[in-house]
Formats: sequence, C-alpha cells, structure tokens
Amino acid sequence: MLTRFVTAGSVDDGKSTLIGRLLWDTRAVFEDQVAAISAASQRRGHAQPDLSLLTDGLMAEREQGITIDVAYRYFNTAQRKFIVADCPGHEQYTRNMVTGASNADVAVLLVDARKGLLPQTHRHAAVCGWLGLKRIILAVNKIDLVDWSQARFEEIAREFVSWCEPLGLPDVVAVPVSALEGDGVVFRGEHLDWYEGPTLLEILERPLEGERDGVIDTGAAALPLRFPVQWVIRGAADTDPDFRGFAGRIESGTVRVGDEVIVQRDQTAQHARVAQICLGERRLMLAQAGRSVTLRLDREVDVSRGDWLVAAGSGAQPALVDSLVAQICWFSDQPMRAGDRYLLKMGTRTVRTEVDAIESLIDVELLLAQTVCAEVGSVQANDLAQVRLALHEPILVDLISSGERLGVGSRFLLIDESTDITVGAGVLRR
Amino acid sequence: MTDLSISNRTQASGWIDSARIAMAAPAVKLANDHLDDLEAEGIHILREAVAERKNPVLLFSGGKDSAVVLRLAEKAFRPGRFPFPLMHVDTGHNFEEVIAYRDARVAELGERLIVASVEESIRTGRVRLADPAGSRNAAQSVTLLDAIKAHGFDCCFGGARRDEEKARAKERVFSVRDRFGRWDPRNQRPELWNLWNARVSAGGHLRVFPISNWTELDVWQYIAREQIALPTLYRSHLRDVVRRDGRIIAVTDVTPAEAGEKVERIPVRFRTVGDITCTCPVESTAQTEADIIAETLVSSVTERGATRMDDSTDEASMEKRKREGYF
Repeated sequence: MLTRFVTAGSVDDGKSTLIGRLLWDTRAVFEDQVAAISAASQRRGHAQPDLSLLTDGLMAEREQGITIDVAYRYFNTAQRKFIVADCPGHEQYTRNMVTGASNADVAVLLVDARKGLLPQTHRHAAVCGWLGLKRIILAVNKIDLVDWSQARFEEIAREFVSWCEPLGLPDVVAVPVSALEGDGVVFRGEHLDWYEGPTLLEILERPLEGERDGVIDTGAAALPLRFPVQWVIRGAADTDPDFRGFAGRIESGTVRVGDEVIVQRDQTAQHARVAQICLGERRLMLAQAGRSVTLRLDREVDVSRGDWLVAAGSGAQPALVDSLVAQICWFSDQPMRAGDRYLLKMGTRTVRTEVDAIESLIDVELLLAQTVCAEVGSVQANDLAQVRLALHEPILVDLISSGERLGVGSRFLLIDESTDITVGAGVLRR
Repeated sequence: MTDLSISNRTQASGWIDSARIAMAAPAVKLANDHLDDLEAEGIHILREAVAERKNPVLLFSGGKDSAVVLRLAEKAFRPGRFPFPLMHVDTGHNFEEVIAYRDARVAELGERLIVASVEESIRTGRVRLADPAGSRNAAQSVTLLDAIKAHGFDCCFGGARRDEEKARAKERVFSVRDRFGRWDPRNQRPELWNLWNARVSAGGHLRVFPISNWTELDVWQYIAREQIALPTLYRSHLRDVVRRDGRIIAVTDVTPAEAGEKVERIPVRFRTVGDITCTCPVESTAQTEADIIAETLVSSVTERGATRMDDSTDEASMEKRKREGYF
C-alpha cells in the first residue's frame, strides 16, 4: 500500500529534522548518507548528526539552514510504502507547498509548541481543504521545549481541530512530537507518558478513507468512462500502416472491447465502438481508471488531441461551457485582476481565458469568503479566491471524478503566456 | 504493497498479463498495483511532452533507467514510430558491453540514434580537461548542450529519478532550462496534479523525467516484470578490480591499477552504468532480477553512493553539475 504525504510548516519549526527523524528511525537512511551528514555536521560544529541535512540538499539550503523547494523522499515500513513531499515553510513558497500537496493523500502540518498555530498553519490547512486531502495531521513539535506539557499540547490541538471544522476535512488529528529527541515520531519515547494516542508513524500507517485490504477503492473504475485524447498514433509504413489509435490516460471508468463511446468536442457527438485496447504491442480486453492506453475505434471518426472519449448511454455527460466559476490558488507575484488574460490548461486542452470577475477572497485566518469590489479587487500571491473566467473557446468540464486524484474536467492551470510560468491553479466546485 | 520482497519475487518469476489478472482478480487490485500506476504516469508524461513540444529527443545512455524509459516509449507510441530520435552522449570512456547493448537495442527498435561525442568536443576545443585521463562526466554537459543547440531540441527525456540524489529529489518532472542550459533550483514552476506545463521560452528547453517517482527497487521490479534486456554488466560477472578508498575500481585501460595496488578477480555487478572513470561496481553474486531485487532490499548503501566517484567529491556536486546543464 502506497501513501503519499506532504509535510509543511513555518520557518524553524524543525520540519527537516522531523523528516530526518522519520527516515532515521524507520532505518531508511543508508550508510553513505550517515557518513556524509556526520561529516557535514562536524564541519558545522554540531555534536550530533544534524538530521535536517538528510533532506536539505541544495547549497543555499545548507548555507542558510532553510528548506527552499519541495524534496521527495521514499521509505517504507512493514505496513506501507511512503512518498514524502517535503515542502518549505516560507510564506512566499506556498506555490511549492501546493506542488507537493496536489498529489498527496495526507498532510503533516508542523507547529512549534512554544509558538502554537501561526498564520502559516492556517494557510496550509486552508490549501489542504482546497485540494481535498483525505487526512490532516498536526504535529506539535518541540514539545521538549515546553517541558513535555500535556496542557500546552491539548490547548493547541483543540484550537486546531475546531478551527479546521469549516474546511470539511474528513480526518483531522494532532500528535505531540519531539523531532530532535524522537519522542512521538516513530517510537513513543520516555517523556510523553501522559499521551495515550498513536505516534506520528502510526497515524500515517492508518488506513485511509475507502481503503480495504491494503487497497484504496476510490470508485473511479466504477464511474462513467472519461478518456481525454493526448495524441493520435499512426502505424508506421513497415509495421501496421492502417493503424490509427487514440492515446490517453483513463481518468475514470472502465473501457472494454466492444463498448460504445461518444467523441466529445463540441455540440456534434460522434458514436463509435472500441475495437481494440492497446498497450504498446499488447492487446487488452479491458482497462480501468488510471491506466495509459491506446484505443482503436471500429469506424473512421474525427478525433484529435483535446477531445474526450466518454461512455455512451445513460448517466451524466461532460458539459460544454464558455465560462466557469472556480476556486483558485494564486502563485505569482504579479496579482490577478479582472480583465487579465491567461492560458487555461485543463486535461489535454489549452484555451485562452479572461478574468470576468473576482467574486471573493478567502480569509485564511477566519475561513470566511469576503466579497471584493470589482474595481479594487486583485488576487495576490498565496491567496485563495473565487473567480469567474470567460473562455475564448468552449471547453468540456465534468465534476464526476472531481474527488479523484486525477479529476479531469474539474482542475486546471493558469499560465502566463508571456513568461510561460504557471501562475495559478483552479478547482471547480459543484 | 505490504511486503515488497514477496510481491517482487512473484513478479520476477515471469510475465504478468494485466488483462488476465483483470479477469481473475477483483477490479480494485488491478487499479492499485503500484508498478502499473508508475508505468501509466510515465507514459502520460511522455505523451504530454510530445504533444506540446516541437522537437523532443530521448537521452539513451544504455543504462537501466533509460532502458525503462525506452520501454515506456514503446508502450506510449507503438505501433507507430517514436516521435523523437534517441541520443547518446558518448564520453569515449564506455564499457564495450554498453555500446554493444545500445546498438543492438537501437537496431531492434528500428529508431534513429544520434551519438554526441565528448571526444569530438575535446578535439574541437569545446571541452578542455584539466586532467586528460580523468573523469569526463562533467564534460558531458558541454557536448549535450552543443548537440541540443545543433539539432534544435526543445525537450530532452531523461531517466533521472528523485530517489537517486538530493538535488534530483528537488527537481520538477517538467524542468525548465534557460538558453544556457542552466537549472535554477530556486525558481521552479509550480507543478500540480497531472497537469504538465510544457511551455518553454525561446532558446530554452525542457528536461522531462518520466520516471521521477520511481525508486531503484521499482526499476528492478519493472525490469523483472517486463523482461527488459540490459547490458551484461548489471549481472554478476568476474572482473579484475582493485580496492581504493572503500570502493571497488574496475581495472581498465583508462582506470589502471596504481602502483602497489593488488589486482583481484572477484564477482561484481554494476548498480549504475556511466563513464568508466567514475563508475564503480559492487561485490555481488546476483545473477537474476530476483537476486538483484533481494540485494536491493537489504542494501545499506545508496545507489550512487556505492558507485559514483564524482558525486562524493563534495556535498553538492550533483547540484553544481545540474546548474551547468548536466542531465
């Protein structure tokens, strides 16, 4: 079973040390890494190996003792395989936290027990809510520096859990830890005798919502077929000259040979049946959500990149829209204003878009949507906002798989055409 | 994936046909197999880059990681031709077996191979080595960037993985290089979900890493499952070596034994394959994928730590090379 989790916190709350501790105590650190960080720690005058050096890999990070960008780490226990996306704490790096969190199931948010919840903690939790993560763990670190105080831990934990309520997160839990000493991380340690709950690792190992017998049944395979076409494959003259197949990744549903599908692009809906499901040279009888395959149809139809093949028959069909209302997270130092133009990439389509209106900004402290006046309203870096976008060409949107990791038709990037940089990202809500 | 070792060994025993499993096992099992997930992600990445870039190239070193990327390319684009050529940056210090493997693989695929030669760069004065007998690993960057420019490539597929090294662990899947080929780790784009931004400004190019999220173990499990051929160097073989600074050095024309060193003939295999002057074997009797997977599971040393001389010269040698345009 694979769990992807993201860690985030504020500057100096010991996040890199916590991950170093997790890796160290699960014995995921190799001998040459131990030798390297021991030598580096000695050069820096530390008595003990500095565990944060296991993850802070860039020169500037080591010089400044900070984390700059998302680092991915891999480890496993007897129970599970883990991919950790370790994200920096600086406020200006929310874009990096989002990068790490967008594919995660679980978030571990760190706070310093002396400082308690910070604006940054609220922002990170709000971003987790925006992304729809399945579990949030608040790790109250440096509990050793408040004399292992039960009262202090419970005060912070209570405040966090009640603050998170409006976010509608399914699973919010707090745990006291000392990354430096190791208590509460992998092992219980000796200092937290009053704490009867699970350790951080035990919480990470708990089954997630929908998980049974070591697999997550997201239900994606049971949903109607959604297959955005990435690329059209034509056979080579010397291999299979008549081959014409549509390559893509199945975002939801199951496709079987013989299934009737509809080509969705505009108002015209062409029908066809699936003649072959190909994975390279192999031919499959069926394929399910998550798989990348190539589909051949039983008749000549006009299909190109950006079109979708969807299940025919009853059930919801994607909608063709020329405007949309979405919750966005903004990453750029250049604010977004009404009237600004961007490229919008959703699935395999990219279209031009213009900001019609900024409807509201989310106050991440209070978790309230504040309506903004159109003339003065702008969305600044790290803001969460609800906006209305007008599209230069209509696109297909779809909410049926919005709860899934892939979620085609409900998530998009905003790209600045002049710099090619991803400046924002959005999620459609019902 | 509760017990990696058990699932490995069953997979290593032979070809597994997903279609057959799909009919025999509950649907959710198929949907959650982690190698299938990694494979599907890699294929998706290759296709997105090809659809959005004008002139991609696949960097093929003859090593196991690029062999996996090649297999993903077959799954992504067959029965069509690859919509890109392959390119090998040849340092001139290669193991013969690797070059033989490279050429055999290219012939079998029927695809086009471009060889960019570091020796040529040295001859034309583009590369000047302080130590002509030393490692040419860093010099590859010059040859690579010159070839990218000469062919007008705007996207290079590489087999780098995030678990290899700390600087790699920080790199995006779609990684932007400026017109000097430089990576700026402090100024990377946000990268969300499976929506890849493949745009790049004029003069720059992308490095795209379809197996970013794979570990060394995943790679070996996949090689076993897919029965991917590799250079014989990856399996245990007898070789003349010397022991130097805790490493095993293969005795070759460009890495001769030094005075006073004792040459031994022992069973070894390579965990990574690169320029002869900076790649070391490890002591091993592992012959099959299953043996190698079993060794990988209990290894106490990282893949590059055991085998790469140039990565251990200082704490950030990989980052420095990457900033200058390295793979």
